[in-house]
Amino acid sequence: MVSDGSKLGFYLLLAPILLWLAVLIILPHIGLFVVSISERVGPREYEYGIGNYVTFFEEPLYWRTFARTAIMSIAATALTLILGFPIAYYIAKLTRGRTKTTLFLMCMIPFWVSELVRTFGWMILLRETGVISNALQYLGLVDGPVEMLYNDAAIMVGLVYTSILFMVVPLVTTLDSLDDSLIEAGYDLGGTGAAILREIVIPHAMPGIVSGCIVVFMLSLGNYLTPILLGGKDSLWFTGMIYTQFITRFNWELGSALGFLLLLLSSAVVFLGLKLSRQSLAETMGRA
Amino acid sequence: MTTHTPDLSCVDLVKDFDSFRAVDHVSFEVPQGSFFSILGPSGCGKTTLLRMIAGFQSPTSGDLRIKGRSMIGVPPNKRPVSMVFQHLALFPTMNIGDNVGFGLRQRGVAKPEITRRVEDILARVGLPGVAQRRVDQLSGGQKQRVAIARCMVLEPDVLLLDEPLGALDLKLREHMKIELKALQAEFNTTFVYITHDQSEALVMSDNIAVMNHGRFEQVGPPQEVYHDPQTAFVAGFVGEANKIAATVAAVNGPNLTLRTEAGTELKATAPASGLQSGQRAQVFLRPEAIGLSMTPGDAGEDNVSQGTVTAVLFNGANSSVTVEDASGHALSVALPQTGGFADLRRGSTVYTRWHPDKARLYAAEG
Ligand SMILES: Nc1ncnc2c1ncn2[C@@H]1O[C@H](COP(=O)(O)OP(=O)(O)O)[C@@H](O)[C@H]1O
Ligand SMILES: [Mg+2]
Repeated sequence: MVSDGSKLGFYLLLAPILLWLAVLIILPHIGLFVVSISERVGPREYEYGIGNYVTFFEEPLYWRTFARTAIMSIAATALTLILGFPIAYYIAKLTRGRTKTTLFLMCMIPFWVSELVRTFGWMILLRETGVISNALQYLGLVDGPVEMLYNDAAIMVGLVYTSILFMVVPLVTTLDSLDDSLIEAGYDLGGTGAAILREIVIPHAMPGIVSGCIVVFMLSLGNYLTPILLGGKDSLWFTGMIYTQFITRFNWELGSALGFLLLLLSSAVVFLGLKLSRQSLAETMGRA
Repeated sequence: MTTHTPDLSCVDLVKDFDSFRAVDHVSFEVPQGSFFSILGPSGCGKTTLLRMIAGFQSPTSGDLRIKGRSMIGVPPNKRPVSMVFQHLALFPTMNIGDNVGFGLRQRGVAKPEITRRVEDILARVGLPGVAQRRVDQLSGGQKQRVAIARCMVLEPDVLLLDEPLGALDLKLREHMKIELKALQAEFNTTFVYITHDQSEALVMSDNIAVMNHGRFEQVGPPQEVYHDPQTAFVAGFVGEANKIAATVAAVNGPNLTLRTEAGTELKATAPASGLQSGQRAQVFLRPEAIGLSMTPGDAGEDNVSQGTVTAVLFNGANSSVTVEDASGHALSVALPQTGGFADLRRGSTVYTRWHPDKARLYAAEG
């Protein structure tokens, strides 16, 4: 009886999560998949087929945008890691007590306003009549106004800025758990800063690096607002393309196919990343 | 050559943290191949001193020389010293072989050579063939030896050890004491060992420095520190001691007569105590310096008093009894394992006696 009762309780507790998974994640994706393999053959007449996927591969614009989005997301992830690691190291290892809390909070401040406002902030800085352009003119470093918006660099800046917190938090957590005496032992045994970083700090921080990278990659890949606003209409971001199919062209079938491909892409990259790092994780941590 | 430069010498070393002085004008020398211990209570500045030698902290003033070369301004990774950390600090993400080989890798030694030297040093500390194991697959004592091997493979001039036995259980600690001493003799490397455990220091050291409040109170071989403590702190901290507060009643050359607060008269011989009549003093008596008997013995003998056993603390060869005299003053007395004391019980009447030259006298502080 007891076990039946607790089983019931277990399922009741699990129900909201299962419901959420089923209604918001699994069902839409099944729907997406079903729509994506539908082809319109006449008004209100549909047939199953892989025509939408064929379109994707036949149209260079689609798969080039697809590849570009993937590569830029990976680059943004790498850049976020390179920028986030020193920040996290500084917060975790070189500060204590109140300074630490303050710095940590300062990382979060940008997230108190909506992504839209944050991105507009960058637009105000970077546009032709913006703060940086004016400052450069005022200092006499440039002759006329400079446009720094609507290029790939602007997109990168926006992506890194939007997602750096999600890199810093897991890194701080793992670096915090690194015993200072391990670093000191490294120095004591004749290690240089670079050797200690490579042989002691990074292997220890690997779980944080991996989880941070996964989150940042997902966020960048699925980001819609930042590429459109900072990169302009022709930013060629894959989410933008999906949006166009659904909203502008009313081509839900192709839109679904593109959406499904994006899902496959992110799963594949994360799987690959996990596979690569777990290999080293298993080797370095080795505590299955 | 008759004069040798000592492996390590500290001259007037001072370390201040803000307004707090953690190490206060410490000077000492450690000759090559000797085992030097720094003994002191928690918080007296031992770790700070050791970290200055290792290079993790820089002295506020003073000089620090290793093999005659000043180490001021030399970073830790350039000093010919290695340190065994309090919690060993073995790298958990590396196997044992990589841990021990870490220092050699930093020096750019060739791979096959590293493998050979790592195997060699692991065999010398009694752990052959563990190179492929993970750190968490070893026992506490084995980790200890790996930590020492990781330092010794670099052939440092001085090995620093920061209470390395603190985390071990008692039995293993006793065993490791002997083992550490044997390892030191085998490598013939200078060891600087810090501990708050006087028995560790006494068993292993060639020389002990007793430290309190950032100062060295006494430096000397274990026998000297134990039998001839120079200050009240050393007498109380090293080994067991009965502490009796008394006032000097009369001084007759080296022979002093003292009176306790309860009025008991004590005779003590202390040639260089510098005590004056009327001064308050502390008398320290080792438990094993006090004799025990069932009969009063000869009259005229000094420092004999009758008392009642209030506790028998049986601990094999280290057994002791607590004897309270008529005035209620308690003495801890070592219980001889020979003779007729086996049936001593709480409440038994016994006589305690001690020879005047067994007492150590110090002027009372304050
Ligand atoms: N970095 C530091 N800043 C301020 N005070 C310190 C620091 N390190 C140690 N101390 C103080 O110095 C004293 C001696 O510490 P320590 O050398 O660790 O003692 P021990 O190792 O003998 O227990 C302690 O009172 C400690 O609080
Ligand atoms: Mg300490």
